[in-house]
Amino acid sequence: MSEPNIYLPHLMRIAAITEEAPGVRTFRLEFVDEAAAQAFSFRTGQFGLYSAFGDGESTFCIASSPTRKGYIECTFREVGRVTAGLADKEVGDIVGFRGPYGNIFPIEDWKGKNLLFITGGIALPPLRSAIWNCLDLRDRFGDITIVYGARTVNDLVYKAELKEWAERPDVNLVLTVDPGGDTPEWTGKVGFVPPVVEQLAPSPVNTIALVCGPPIMIKLTMPILNKLGFAPENIYTTLENRMKCGVGKCGRCNTGSSYVCKDGPVYTLAQLGQLPAEY
Amino acid sequence: MADLYQLSAASLDALFTALQGDGRRILAPTDRDGRSELNPVHSAGEVAQDYIQTSLSAKETVFPKVEQLLSYDLAPGRVELAGATPRAEPTVVFGIRPCEAGGFQALDAVFNWDSRDAFFNARMANLAVIGIGCTRKDDACFCTSVGGGPGDTKGSDILLTPNPGGYLAEVLTDKGRAIQALAPELFAPAEAAGKAALLVDVPAAFDQPALTAGLPALFDGPLWDEQALRCIGCGACAFVCPTCVCFDIQEEADKQSGRRLRSWDSCGSSQFTLHASGHNPRATQGARWRQRVYHKFSYYPDRYGQLGCVGCGKCTRACPVDMNLKEHLVEASQATVEP
Repeated sequence: MSEPNIYLPHLMRIAAITEEAPGVRTFRLEFVDEAAAQAFSFRTGQFGLYSAFGDGESTFCIASSPTRKGYIECTFREVGRVTAGLADKEVGDIVGFRGPYGNIFPIEDWKGKNLLFITGGIALPPLRSAIWNCLDLRDRFGDITIVYGARTVNDLVYKAELKEWAERPDVNLVLTVDPGGDTPEWTGKVGFVPPVVEQLAPSPVNTIALVCGPPIMIKLTMPILNKLGFAPENIYTTLENRMKCGVGKCGRCNTGSSYVCKDGPVYTLAQLGQLPAEY
Repeated sequence: MADLYQLSAASLDALFTALQGDGRRILAPTDRDGRSELNPVHSAGEVAQDYIQTSLSAKETVFPKVEQLLSYDLAPGRVELAGATPRAEPTVVFGIRPCEAGGFQALDAVFNWDSRDAFFNARMANLAVIGIGCTRKDDACFCTSVGGGPGDTKGSDILLTPNPGGYLAEVLTDKGRAIQALAPELFAPAEAAGKAALLVDVPAAFDQPALTAGLPALFDGPLWDEQALRCIGCGACAFVCPTCVCFDIQEEADKQSGRRLRSWDSCGSSQFTLHASGHNPRATQGARWRQRVYHKFSYYPDRYGQLGCVGCGKCTRACPVDMNLKEHLVEASQATVEP
């Protein structure tokens, strides 16, 4: 076979595991093969297919920032066969990774802009890559606002990083939990993400909005941004359609004539408006 | 321009012998239990005489139902990973119809539009197609509505058209010329004499360019739910289709070792797009049927400049609830022109 096998993953060693929330873990992964590590690069917004050998492959974003070299991170909730297989792994174990795949958040184009991140639950990981990418290049951007909600206080992921962002004077972090999800110690907001955004009323002037969350959060947040005056070209989201190949062949992520794995996963709201709402 | 020859009916056996002498496997339609399917043959006498189409398609020769992509052995803290090599033995597919021969181009469009699929390509490189033009048709056929025809040469390396002396043979490609060179004495020079008159007439059933142009406006209409009311999502249409390429990747493993397999899948399955969260972007059978039609007649033209349908009608013949693709497309065409 003269052409390379595009379905063959890299072997990755689990360098660290962080328990983020009930059922949610972050793996820090390092290439087993030094040459593969040297050849690898990615940009924020891209994703990969992660193998639990014995169970299969699943698609997640690369949740770490490309400014942090030598490793990638993924964050996943244990929910199906592959994520259960991954959850069984320990530090030092080997998993597989194919990627990076897909397009990027065009942060080069956002110099001097204010950035508004809106996210919920387990959808923070793809934006976390962009957040750290932008924070590591902090002087290139204007105000950075992060609105993040979860069902309960315990379900918030990256708790240590949320604390760090809350303490940074150059980040405006707004945390919220669903009604009933708060604890006596909770000092953040109580309420769903869309009304919290509405109440916050961020200015659309010179601002890029990045929205990633469960479908219902996205559905209810978009009209609010629209009402606030955000142009569809300035609202970005990242889709997570089911995928098998990741390279534009298996047909699973097709949304209209767009392959989420190739033309996405990052789309502007203007671009999504051209596609059937099959995501 | 194809080179034209006359091939006598009696010489087919000698051609088969020459192909096998060159180390090639021959797959041809054979009859079993009232159905014609592609099977290995060794002599021309084994080839079915009275078929319109095989039930299954020839895509399996380049895109098997199940194929191994990789394998591995597991030990604590260690994975020994090995990529698979496709078993791509030199193969001649004999006797498929022009519609189906054209289907290989639609497969190629998906497998190679961006990164190249080595598994598909290794098999394609080892495949030659000797098609036979159609002298019969049935109600499921609609090749001429999708740019094909009973004597269309696309996808064949040699196309045979039955005539009173045996076959008119059009040698179309380098692969075809290589086959001819194995037994040049069998190919007698011929004149281009009335090929169309030898073939069945298949009138066009609908205006495909108009249908493709009209589909975006029909997306939210009621047609797809109505047509899909009886669809049971079994996927038979996709499995027999010469162009359906959507696939699954699954693991077959135990604690010590495993392999990763690619297998045919169908956008008609309710699980095709189902997320682990329970969210399903195409939650109804109507949405899934619409995806099937749009993928072939709207998204393929958008993306690859060709259709994802060759009008062979295999899906219609295989459908257990008698959905008829030609009739459904005629109905959609009528809907595109209604105010």
